[in-house]
Amino acid sequence: MQLTGAEIFVRCLQQEGVEYVFGYPGGAVLFLYDELFKQNQVKHVLVRHEQGAIHAADGYARSTEKVGVALVTSGPGVTNAVTGIATAHMDSIPLVVITGQVPTHAIGQDAFQESDTVGITRPCVKHNFLVKDVKDLASTMKKAFYIASTGRPGPVVVDIPKDVTTHKTEFDYPDKVTMRSYNPVTKGHAGQIKKAIQVLMGAKRPMVYSGGGVILGNAAPQLARLVRLLGLPCTNTLMGLGGYPATDRQFLGMLGMHGTYEANMAMQHCDVLLAIGARFDDRVIGNPKHFFEQERTIIHIDIDPSSISKRVKVDVPIVGNVAEVLEDLLKQLEASKARPDADALKTWWTQIELWRGRDCLKYDRTSPIIKPQYVVQKLYEITGGDAYVTSDVGQHQMWAAQFYKFDQPRRWINSGGLGTMGFGLPAAMGVQLAHPDSQVACITGEASIQMCIQELSTCKQYRLPIKVVNLNNKYMGMVRQWQEFFHGNRYAESYMDALPDFVKLAESYGHIGMHIEKPEDVEPALKEAFSRKNDLVFMDFITDQTENVFPMVPGGKSLSEMILV
Amino acid sequence: MRHIVSILLENEAGALSRVSGLFSARGYNIESLTVAPTEDATLSRMTIVTSGSDEVIEQITKQLNKLVDVVKVVDLSEGEHIERELMLVKVRAVGKDREEMKRMADIFRGRIIDVTDKDYTIELTGTGSKLDAFLKAIDRTAILETVRTGASGIGRGDRVLRV
Repeated sequence: MQLTGAEIFVRCLQQEGVEYVFGYPGGAVLFLYDELFKQNQVKHVLVRHEQGAIHAADGYARSTEKVGVALVTSGPGVTNAVTGIATAHMDSIPLVVITGQVPTHAIGQDAFQESDTVGITRPCVKHNFLVKDVKDLASTMKKAFYIASTGRPGPVVVDIPKDVTTHKTEFDYPDKVTMRSYNPVTKGHAGQIKKAIQVLMGAKRPMVYSGGGVILGNAAPQLARLVRLLGLPCTNTLMGLGGYPATDRQFLGMLGMHGTYEANMAMQHCDVLLAIGARFDDRVIGNPKHFFEQERTIIHIDIDPSSISKRVKVDVPIVGNVAEVLEDLLKQLEASKARPDADALKTWWTQIELWRGRDCLKYDRTSPIIKPQYVVQKLYEITGGDAYVTSDVGQHQMWAAQFYKFDQPRRWINSGGLGTMGFGLPAAMGVQLAHPDSQVACITGEASIQMCIQELSTCKQYRLPIKVVNLNNKYMGMVRQWQEFFHGNRYAESYMDALPDFVKLAESYGHIGMHIEKPEDVEPALKEAFSRKNDLVFMDFITDQTENVFPMVPGGKSLSEMILV
Repeated sequence: MRHIVSILLENEAGALSRVSGLFSARGYNIESLTVAPTEDATLSRMTIVTSGSDEVIEQITKQLNKLVDVVKVVDLSEGEHIERELMLVKVRAVGKDREEMKRMADIFRGRIIDVTDKDYTIELTGTGSKLDAFLKAIDRTAILETVRTGASGIGRGDRVLRV
């Protein structure tokens, strides 16, 4: 039977088992929306701005193992979506973004709402397609889902001109795709794995450093087995939190610019570093030159060969799916009696415990003003460490990462690579839809939240009981902190003047708003908010304006040159 | 160091911009870039002349391989290879220069492919340095126009780049 492009599009989504499409209609996608309207299997979530659609699909994908799907119209629909697409690209999140395009005959004519979507999105997608012939639509959709979800995941854009959505052809959805130009390696090289084991066995001061790859590759169980079997210290990057249980004694906390003293010192002073699904970025190791002031042997497991030896030279590279490689590694380790030198390891742990004793995350617990760290700590306690936590970008993001102890993967949802303010609330929508019965908190600040605050309306429409934890210090806190440290206390444009009354704002959207000013009110407020299972509660915590995030490795410095409290 | 990188890629709209965009986005050099379909019309063959440290060249080949449209990448400079570039030069050819230009073209094994009473168009093939040498050898003021294709390269003997 001949189907229209629009019908084919919806059938493809159904075949892929897509549960939610996040989107916003417009002229170029009217036929697609018409077909979505006629069925119930794929549910559409109407956002208030296209950036929100992509972040919501992104949050959905991060908190599940599925591909997030978004649908936007041509021109401004696409340009609004670009920030979201770039966010997903930097953090390797599998998305399929369908964009409307002007009819094929109008392409290049500067038509109304025309943009060169493939050109605009090219540098911030894993791949993109322009479907010029309806006959290619089904196979392109299949390829899009395949490319987005395999290898190192990422967003894929499918641009569909309006006339293609009306043209007819036979619908045949391929079971699988093979592409001669795209065959990601999954299995690690056996010789390299053997070499990695030899290096690990000879280690005196071993260290495990894992990143977002462990989360995306579903390798948390294998990582925990390895770390425990060998008794190694382990740190996670911002993107990798939850990859190893944060409450475990062998966990040293997050590393990097705002990492713990013990994690950064161990990272700098280890003699063998096992890097897993992480990419040695500038916020993690600081300046590579300083990183190499201490000698160490580096083993690096990653699915993306271009991540290996990009910023630091690696001694034992292993390309492959992290879960598979770790499984192979564990099989050999579990079958042999060889272990790293126990005495050396004991000495190493004694040193680490000394570093840990520095208690680098301490803050003033007697302050009469609410400390932001305290709010996150209470949030952790009241949610039993079991919430999905999204965040925006800035100081609150770092405090969330430092003080909410994630024991499971896919619970911590934040924009690590691109650092996109406005990410938290729409991402929380995707998370809440994916996990309707779970507690979802969005830790944000008064600056970030205003970048996508219109999504409070979406939350009302779909009754999403997100708990917004607004750490309101009336400053773009991280900008203010840098200005205090590096720009002579000149707070250029970082003060948030003319803030709205967030309680009234939340109420005007039909939600519950709470204003909290005293430390003793923090816990009762959180308890009450989380007892309201069906309501979105916006908690506006008025926090200490001068609080800074510590420890801090200033840009370009060595990991061991931390500013401490 | 100068490297000559050969790429087989899907002959699809936009594939060229993916490669050139990668070079500009990551700050890699492009000295020259040539591309055309192969005997298999679904594939294009691209030759890029670039330069950089060993680490940079390693990243370039890895990043190129990561592009979904790219089928194969080879750094030809890693082994024996042949490199050729085509140049068309229009030169003034009047008076005593007319005979001199003809002689120079012969010396460099060039061919005169268009003639008017005022100028010659000379076709010359060779490595980039041979083409440079020709331009240096003739009277600079006689050059009216030059067009160069950029280098194409192929491995020697049984070094074959194909799917």
